[in-house]
Amino acid sequence: MRHVLIIALFAALSGLAHAADPEFALTIRDHRFEPSELRVPANKKVKIVIENQDATAEEFDSHALNREKVIPPKAKAPLFIGPLKPGRYPFVGEFNEKTAKGVIIAE
Amino acid sequence: MFGSAIIVFRETFEAAILIGIIAAATRSIAGRGLFIGAGIAAGLAGACLVAALTSTIAAMFEGVGQEAFNAAILALAVVLLAWHNIWMSMHGAELAAGAKQVGLEVKQGRRELSAILLLIALAVLREGSESALFVYGMMSGANLSVATAIYGTLLGIAAGAAVGFLLYLGMLKIPMRWFFSVTSTLILLLAAGMAARMAHFLVQADLLPSLKSPLWDVSAIVPMTSPLGILLHALVGYEAAPAGLEVLFYIATLAVIVAGMFLVQRSPSVAHTR
Repeated sequence: MRHVLIIALFAALSGLAHAADPEFALTIRDHRFEPSELRVPANKKVKIVIENQDATAEEFDSHALNREKVIPPKAKAPLFIGPLKPGRYPFVGEFNEKTAKGVIIAE
Repeated sequence: MFGSAIIVFRETFEAAILIGIIAAATRSIAGRGLFIGAGIAAGLAGACLVAALTSTIAAMFEGVGQEAFNAAILALAVVLLAWHNIWMSMHGAELAAGAKQVGLEVKQGRRELSAILLLIALAVLREGSESALFVYGMMSGANLSVATAIYGTLLGIAAGAAVGFLLYLGMLKIPMRWFFSVTSTLILLLAAGMAARMAHFLVQADLLPSLKSPLWDVSAIVPMTSPLGILLHALVGYEAAPAGLEVLFYIATLAVIVAGMFLVQRSPSVAHTR
């Protein structure tokens, strides 16, 4: 067990050293996501940098992606997803579910 | 108002389940009510503090501070749950037999209760900080009055607490001869679920590799959004599509705690004190 963890740790560290995951930007403004449709490559780990331009916090929430992350007001934070199978992965801003909606399309 | 109540309920629910199980499991330790209450109070204060510091925490570790923070809290909670279960397997039988009046026991009971206090504070802090943040955002938004936000929040907390209390009452109905097996199994699975959650955050932050994500996907059978999925997630850490690392953490935690419980039960030094 310990060996597996050590190997996992080294794999993670070497991953950080290379750190060449494709990067995409997502902006929250007036409790809406821009773009509301984000196309990303399938079968690859992807880094989404979410920027919240609103004055209140928002929570990026997606059951399909199995991700939940609070983005503080006027802040930027990275979120790692995938590798994803080709398909549509809807997400919402949990704190403003009526307006903050979007979908990530893996292709 | 109901929208805010539902969000707060979702956050309260998981902490309430943990508190309900712990309250039942420690029922024969004198003075536990005070420690549980203090744990909840400390957790609420901590939640407000964490919510106030959100921007600072989130900005740490190149933007993945939130994940690192959650993972650290979960790691500590897993250790405390493990300690609790191992402690109970050592002393549970004596407590059940009413041997708690022995001086030594009271002292050890205090240490156990301090661990419980910290555990409950951590659970409330983790689940409560998001609610605090959400409610704060709602109040500063123009579309809702402060009164509506407060009613919604209180309704959500009350509903969550009711679930925890019902679970607690239900567990007290379990016959004594099965009681320790049931509570320790529940706490074991709770701890494993939290360890898996910790792995989840480490993968989300890209601090550890996912080791295949997802390892399997049964969301078509029991979706995470279904009532059963939500309940199983809170109770045993159910994930419809877990990453390999989550499964690894889950199994490793189960194995370590079970081994610990087994060892203290068999240990000759413990047999002496009995």
